[in-house]
Amino acid sequence: MKDIISISDFSKKEFTDVLAEADKMHSALQKGKALDTLKGKIMAVMFFEASTRTRLSFESAMNRLGGSVLGFAEPASTSMAKAETIADTVNTVAQYSDVIVMRSPFPGAAQLASEVSSVPIINGGDGSREHPTQTMLDLFTIKKEKGRLDNLKVAMIGDLKYGRTVHSLCKAFNNYFKGIEFTFIAPEALAIPNEFKKGKYHETGKLELEDADVVYMTRIQKERFADPTEYEKLKSVYKITPKILETMKKDAIVMHPLPRVNEIDWRCDSDSRCIYFKQAYYGVPTRMALIQLALRGGK
Amino acid sequence: MMMVKHIENGTVIDHIDGGKALEVLKLMGGPNSSTVVIAVNVPSTKHKKKDILKMEGVYVDERKLDLISLIAPSATVNIIKNGKLVEKRPVKLPTEVSGVLTCLNPKCITNKDREPVTTKFTVEKEPLRLICVYCNKEFEGTSLLTA
Ligand SMILES: [Zn+2]
Repeated sequence: MKDIISISDFSKKEFTDVLAEADKMHSALQKGKALDTLKGKIMAVMFFEASTRTRLSFESAMNRLGGSVLGFAEPASTSMAKAETIADTVNTVAQYSDVIVMRSPFPGAAQLASEVSSVPIINGGDGSREHPTQTMLDLFTIKKEKGRLDNLKVAMIGDLKYGRTVHSLCKAFNNYFKGIEFTFIAPEALAIPNEFKKGKYHETGKLELEDADVVYMTRIQKERFADPTEYEKLKSVYKITPKILETMKKDAIVMHPLPRVNEIDWRCDSDSRCIYFKQAYYGVPTRMALIQLALRGGK
Repeated sequence: MMMVKHIENGTVIDHIDGGKALEVLKLMGGPNSSTVVIAVNVPSTKHKKKDILKMEGVYVDERKLDLISLIAPSATVNIIKNGKLVEKRPVKLPTEVSGVLTCLNPKCITNKDREPVTTKFTVEKEPLRLICVYCNKEFEGTSLLTA
């Protein structure tokens, strides 16, 4: 049994193994081959915070492996509403399942869950801190679409101050891969924190994407601003349009963790470089690999 | 040598960097109802100036004593019982601090009501900082100690 709590828990070898396993899952899915490796296993989905996309992606992954799924998707429908602790809820649900995917708004909740649970915990996002399966699927997407995870020019755009997916991806690139050059594109109020400014990077307020191999777009979120006028001012500051696409490399890719609001013009969707929906698909084989790892891995 | 009343039972923290005694006392939980003698800026051979803290009838949790190293790395702890020195040791910088400090991140799971969880921080040197094992937040220097 192995808990998947933080992207930093992975060794370089485990990274490589997960990506290789995800690739096998991807091939099977592409061939329409039914898998039943986890037949008879139950995955519990405990979402103390709504995230339809992440939940459906996990559920799809488990179903694709022949396993079954139970769980809840909103705190209101759970005993949390009756003031049961997260620890007690996890402990109970562990009695009904073989693996638990958990999401909560409290940073550190997944760590606590892993300490009290008798079955492996997969962190589906805990507050500002971690969302390791998202990072893994982002890396898998880049690997598949660019053919490599070293020697890339990566442009990160939008809310770089609070953007959890951006932080985890930076960390993974810095810790495990070589030759990455970052361009951090953000308004001053949402600039990338110093701890992620490592290796080769440059910061700018302008949407300069001519050199980028990977363009990672993020949404600027309303809830980050105390002052709504500040949000109104910044929300549409960066927008990828067909015109912007024209300035980009022919083999660049545009990613987005979704959902988007208006930061990528829908008219871009038909451009083959815009792979954000494919990225959402890659989440399924990646999570298949991770669920298997959690159930099999030697802890 | 200055005359400071000897204590029969309690803890003496010696070789505190000059001027840091009050910070150390605060970390120890303040004087409460016990008798505390503080000597500040005492001339010393080892240091230019040192502070001494004598706490009558007080024995502090070992883990807390080692936290003194974050404020005064060369401090020594003397445990006195029935007028005799029963233990004398330097404080040493822990690699992990469990249970005695509170995380300042209000959203951290360790601050959530009734969850069965004890705080835990890893200690990183240069620059000195404490990192919450749960929420991963980093706290600089001694910011958690006297909060
Ligand atoms: Zn914390």
